[in-house]
Amino acid sequence: MSLIKVRDLIYEYIRRDEEGNVEGITTAVDDVNLDIKQGDFVAILGHNGSGKSTLAKHLNAILYPTEGTVWVDGKDTKDETYVWDIRQTAGMVFQNPDNQIIGQVVEEDVGFGPENMGVPTQEIWERVEESLKAVGMYSFRKFSPNKLSGGQKQRVSIAGVIAMHPKCIVLDEPTAMLDPMGRKEVIRAVRALNDVEQITVILITHYMEEVIYADRVYVMDKGKVTLQGTPREVFSEVERLKELRLDVPQVTLLAHELAKEGFPMPKGVLTKQEFREALDRYRTERADKYANYFG
Amino acid sequence: MPIILDKVSHIYGEDTAMAVKALDKISLVIPDGQFIGLIGHTGSGKSTLVQHLNGLMRATSGNIYFNGQDIDDSDFDKKMLRSKVGLVFQYPEHQLFETDVFSDVCFGPKNLGLSKKEIELRAYEALKLVGLEDEYFYQSPFDLSGGQKRRVAIAGVLAMKPEVLILDEPTAGLDPKGRDEILDQILKLKVETGITVLLVSHSMDDVAKYVDRIIVMSRGSILYDDIPKEVFKHYQELETIGLAAPQVTYIMKELRDHGYNVSDAITTIEEAKREIKDYFTKLAVMQRER
Repeated sequence: MSLIKVRDLIYEYIRRDEEGNVEGITTAVDDVNLDIKQGDFVAILGHNGSGKSTLAKHLNAILYPTEGTVWVDGKDTKDETYVWDIRQTAGMVFQNPDNQIIGQVVEEDVGFGPENMGVPTQEIWERVEESLKAVGMYSFRKFSPNKLSGGQKQRVSIAGVIAMHPKCIVLDEPTAMLDPMGRKEVIRAVRALNDVEQITVILITHYMEEVIYADRVYVMDKGKVTLQGTPREVFSEVERLKELRLDVPQVTLLAHELAKEGFPMPKGVLTKQEFREALDRYRTERADKYANYFG
Repeated sequence: MPIILDKVSHIYGEDTAMAVKALDKISLVIPDGQFIGLIGHTGSGKSTLVQHLNGLMRATSGNIYFNGQDIDDSDFDKKMLRSKVGLVFQYPEHQLFETDVFSDVCFGPKNLGLSKKEIELRAYEALKLVGLEDEYFYQSPFDLSGGQKRRVAIAGVLAMKPEVLILDEPTAGLDPKGRDEILDQILKLKVETGITVLLVSHSMDDVAKYVDRIIVMSRGSILYDDIPKEVFKHYQELETIGLAAPQVTYIMKELRDHGYNVSDAITTIEEAKREIKDYFTKLAVMQRER
């Protein structure tokens, strides 16, 4: 059974002018279908305004479908009695860590979620400890959050979500405001949660190199899923992605550029090792050819 | 007009128990017409530094000279400084407030006490410089896309006719195409007007592609100040301070580590492509000679 099932989802909002008269209707999500299994690592790409954040907000009942249905762990998000269950099942992390941290001390902040759920005190402390360890922030538990770097704060936000024991975590551009090291730290923590804790991850990002480890990538445009597949399949479509205002990782782009110049580079190269191995093969092939010719 | 910093330090909460040294004796020359990248991890002092350049913050010690004059002199015109050194903050679109794009861009020059005609001329020019089409001029800025809003906000600063433009992470949160568009536009602006640009960025790939000079900050000091190629040779040191080299630099390193005789000073896709092609051409020549 899918942990998250989205069927024929349409979300429309009404635009109004200054006097409050209806100007028109915008369809932000247009007929989207998704099936996400427990333990999947899913990435959603798309340009600004393509509908990815609107879609994400449906996954934990912040927004409700205009048409179609979203089920989270078998529960229809439109059914109000399930709202709290759904938000506990699918936790959300946003772009700006400063907007998500409220505690004076790191461990207090992480304990806030489970405390609100009525978890017994002893268990709260246990959850805080395991969550901070899962994101590699346990040694900072007594710190004030404002002494932390952006990447560290964002990992505390993630710990705050996983302390509520969600089955799924939705991250909406969690690295947009971070420096390179902060970005690496956050992505490493997210991958560990997925690999080790088997938490389902839905990652929305504008950084192409962050999604190469995903099981599946969905690309959105004008509210629709326009391209989907494994990272290799999606990143093979270099020109198509550029049309969609997106990009591919630099290593993929370099391989693509060399392929255009006649190098036998495979499509959708994702790592520098793959890239080098492709060149190795080419080098050996050519050496053999010359050996046959002149030798 | 050049800006010169002479041993500039800034201490937050000086004379308190919580004193933090954010800038430590920074000496720096920013000549006319350069495109400079300023990089450093969160908390390295980048933002503190740029706020000194237009007098928003005052140095605890040291001197800052704008066009040869000390900006802390009693007869120095700080208002002039703020119009000559334009600062675009992070997420500048949050500062848009007028009912239409054109009025928003007019706001800055209006405060300079110019004539209505001059104000509108400047606003028009500025919007053209950032590449916004006429059809958007009388729309609400809030109906525009993220990248367009950001361009309007940058136009608002350009309408002040600054000679130095400082941008604090102008591409944060934009999609890849949006990032390229903004940076291409800034480069074009720099070439056309000869303005000095200081770009604060977390994207090493962008910095490598666009700037002439990189200043690397760490713990309130300048660690490197050189052309991109030279700076990114220190990728290991950069990693220890939370930064990195562009992704292509690592690809070339992987090749070098496996016996490819290619340069270690490669920072863009174009250069990498040329270097790999040259390598295989040379290899072919060698094999033929053998």
